[in-house]
Amino acid sequence: MMDPARLAYMANQIARNFAAQGEARAVGATAQHIRDFWDPRMKAAILASDGSALDRLARAAVEQLRGG
Amino acid sequence: MGYEPQADFGTPAASAEAEVTLTIDGRAVTVPTGTSVMRASAECGGAIPKLCATDSLQAFGSCRLCLVEIDGMRGTPASCTTPVAPGMVVHTQTPRLAKLRRSVMELYISDHPLDCLTCSANGDCELEDAAAAVGLRDVRYGQGGANHLAASADASNPYFAFDPAKCIVCSRCVRACDEVQGTFALSIDGRGFASAVGAGQAGDDFLSSECVSCGACVAACPTAALNEKAVAEIGLPERAVVTTCAYCGVGCTFRAEMKGEQLVRMVPWKDGKANHGHSCVKGRFAWGYANHKDRVLGPMIREGVDQPWREVGWDEALQFTADRLAAIKARHGARALGGITSSRCTNEETFLVQKLVRAGFGSNNVDTCARVCHSPTGYGLKTTFGTSAGTQDFDSVMDADVILVIGANPTDAHPVFASQMKRRLRQGARLIVIDPRRTDLVRSPHVEAAHHLALQPGTNVAVLTAMAHVIVTEGLVDEAFVRERCEGDAYAEWARFVAEPRHSPEVLEAVTRVPAAELRAAARLYATGGNAAIYYGLGVTEHSQGSSTVMAIANLAMATGNIGRRGVGVNPLRGQNNVQGACDMGSFPHELSGYRHISDAAVRAQFEADWHVALDPEPGLRIPNMLDAALDGSFRALYVQGEDILQSDPNTHHVAAGLAAMELVIVHDLFLNETANYAHVFLPGSTFLEKDGTFTNAERRIQLVRKVMEPAAGLADWEVTQALANALGLGWSYTHPREIMAEIARLTPTFAGVSHERLDREGSLQWPVNEAHPDGSPIMHMEGFVRGKGHFVVTDYVPTDEKTGPRFPLLLTTGRILSQYNVGAQTRRTDNVLWHEEDVLEIHPTDAENRGLASGDWVRLASRTGETTLRALVTDRVAPGVVYTTFHHPETQANVVTTEFSDWATNCPEYKVTAVQVMASNGPSAWQEDYAAQAARSRRIAAEPAE
Repeated sequence: MMDPARLAYMANQIARNFAAQGEARAVGATAQHIRDFWDPRMKAAILASDGSALDRLARAAVEQLRGG
Repeated sequence: MGYEPQADFGTPAASAEAEVTLTIDGRAVTVPTGTSVMRASAECGGAIPKLCATDSLQAFGSCRLCLVEIDGMRGTPASCTTPVAPGMVVHTQTPRLAKLRRSVMELYISDHPLDCLTCSANGDCELEDAAAAVGLRDVRYGQGGANHLAASADASNPYFAFDPAKCIVCSRCVRACDEVQGTFALSIDGRGFASAVGAGQAGDDFLSSECVSCGACVAACPTAALNEKAVAEIGLPERAVVTTCAYCGVGCTFRAEMKGEQLVRMVPWKDGKANHGHSCVKGRFAWGYANHKDRVLGPMIREGVDQPWREVGWDEALQFTADRLAAIKARHGARALGGITSSRCTNEETFLVQKLVRAGFGSNNVDTCARVCHSPTGYGLKTTFGTSAGTQDFDSVMDADVILVIGANPTDAHPVFASQMKRRLRQGARLIVIDPRRTDLVRSPHVEAAHHLALQPGTNVAVLTAMAHVIVTEGLVDEAFVRERCEGDAYAEWARFVAEPRHSPEVLEAVTRVPAAELRAAARLYATGGNAAIYYGLGVTEHSQGSSTVMAIANLAMATGNIGRRGVGVNPLRGQNNVQGACDMGSFPHELSGYRHISDAAVRAQFEADWHVALDPEPGLRIPNMLDAALDGSFRALYVQGEDILQSDPNTHHVAAGLAAMELVIVHDLFLNETANYAHVFLPGSTFLEKDGTFTNAERRIQLVRKVMEPAAGLADWEVTQALANALGLGWSYTHPREIMAEIARLTPTFAGVSHERLDREGSLQWPVNEAHPDGSPIMHMEGFVRGKGHFVVTDYVPTDEKTGPRFPLLLTTGRILSQYNVGAQTRRTDNVLWHEEDVLEIHPTDAENRGLASGDWVRLASRTGETTLRALVTDRVAPGVVYTTFHHPETQANVVTTEFSDWATNCPEYKVTAVQVMASNGPSAWQEDYAAQAARSRRIAAEPAE
């Protein structure tokens, strides 16, 4: 399992840089960024995490990923 | 190709479209207006004798040898300084001229040693040629008068010597230093008979002067006064092969001048489209690493990294490697395997490595050293413009009125392009420098920045947003361009965002430390000063907001209409010779060649049909992710071609731990580099002199690399990768890199029109080269952006998480220096170490005084990730609170202090911002001593068993 704290940091950082686009777009853009650039084991690890280390936008993005 | 000197037309070509017809020696000649009589004669096969003229320099008219007679004109004008005129009738060979020229030659020869038979330039001396041309048979003045024959030579430079006894004071060297290089290190000291070439100030020699050893003076010298030491030692070359330099992303082309299999010298090729006959100390002289004793010329293997290496044959090494790769794949799956392509290798070689990983290993775990330099350029320019590339050719800078350089130090890192840029600045273009350091461009002879925004490291986005604020709120937007060429909604959103008062220079000054008035003036100049071009380097990309900064740059260019024509644009200065190419070739884990995402089924299907294998549709791991995954046990084997990640990548301890966790590390390199300390297989690499292929430079220019000698280890790098692929059962059968390029062209739309045959014929091509752009594309986005409409992106400033505090109160930023290159694997194995034998820490006088430090003192440089020691250099080039060093030497390992923080979009490391403390030290740290001992242990090679 990839280090969940490291992955949560990365997801939060991505979300923070999309945040200025507004919440709805930032969540979608964060989810798409993870989809486009993360290896399957990284995606699996972030989906398997409890989300407690994720900021609000990143958590919503991961939820969106979970939904497919 | 046999040896012929490069043609010299005496004076530069004129660029006028209008033409003039004149008569020279009875022949009608038509040339562009502004051409000199000398050049017009040379272009139609004439040979007017000359000494002070050469076509890389403006006419000087001092030697009086090129005199001609012109009907209706009094006297005998110098042909170099006389422009052609319609109907002019010129005579270049008359009895009167012959007499005059012989007299002039007599004077020269009366003060020149007559040791031609033993002179290093014998056979390559313009003075000798001119004496023959004018029919000099005796010298009436003898050799007994006052002369300079006893003047002592200056051999201080490691690569060339200056012998004033052989100098004819033609000033070609001085003018080359001024006009071509732009350093102004040379001058003519004294007057009349006492005139002599001098380097630097009184008391200087070439080595101690400001001379940057670019070699322009040596190339310009018509005699042996300035001559390569290698020529003196080896003799004149007997053949020449045009090839492309393997150092920075400028992509200079050189003639590798050979004697048999021995390289005598690298001479910049006048027809090179990137360098136009100029060079720097690295490409011109620092090629000695190719024959260095440290090169490992046979494969080696070992079971564990604590064991000595065992020298084996190619077959055993490849079988050992293939067996272990197969076993790991069987146990842990394809995604446990990966590879790293090299930006120093050819396009064909990087293409093969990524193909091996995707088609052979079965994963997309392939990445490249661009990860740690220009990956944010890929993301940022693709998002805004539609493709990952600089927009201009280098020559475009000659049409720029305003040049904005941000996060780049071209005089050190891209010196040949910097010389061209400085030429334009001397012509009057205005300069804005955004950099925490006072780089040479800020103020150097005849160049001074109109504005130097010495920002706080890590605040690029804030500075660029503040500039955008000025441009939008002061009505400086090119609205017609934006309306016609860009997405309206995205622009409106961006304009609203940057116009917010919180983005004004005055508010952001607290963050950026850039005076608001200075920033406003710089923004106005960029927006209104005419053609404005942005050049940027790793000071932009190697930040936690590297990609945002690239997009902020693109936003500025679009908002001001500075895109899509000559003289403008967005220009990433690529660090290594083939960074652009390595990225183009599909080296990133998420995309295939030509920047097409791996999840695109249609694109994937093309490759699958060509390669006869199913590809993984999911992106693979980036380099830092590979290291993380190694620590969790899911990534087990790595093939590294031509990169030394242990020295070049951030947080050395973390890299070492990741490598140590792998079951199989395959290093394919010229030397046992630092990464090889953790390797199980070493496959010997080949230099750029030993193989065929292509490099693509920072202006998307694809140029041939031509083999000038056989690979010292027996195989070129592409052959090694192919042999490994075949050991894995892939059945590859390339017989020459041209066949690999044919595959690239077949599978990559932007390379569709590229072939080795065409490159050989045309010299170079700038992609895209395809049906829409059959002759390539020097300038991109001229009619429309690659993505259609330009896309503005809101780039909010997000401060880095790397914070200074009581424990680590200073900010470290890292970079490179002229004489060294990247991790120094090549340049440290040349005489370039004379200029930079160790990494030093630049520290401001105030910070030094607070710590009781003086230049030359050992200091301990510590961050939260590690510490090292190096010597201090006290200088106000850096601002208070900022320290700077290079990462060229493994003894220092600057990356032991850099952190795991990285760009949010690409994971490009944040090399440019590390919170550190600096304090006095008494020598190398315990870690450095331990590391040196471990490296020495790791490099042991087992003695062959006795017969």
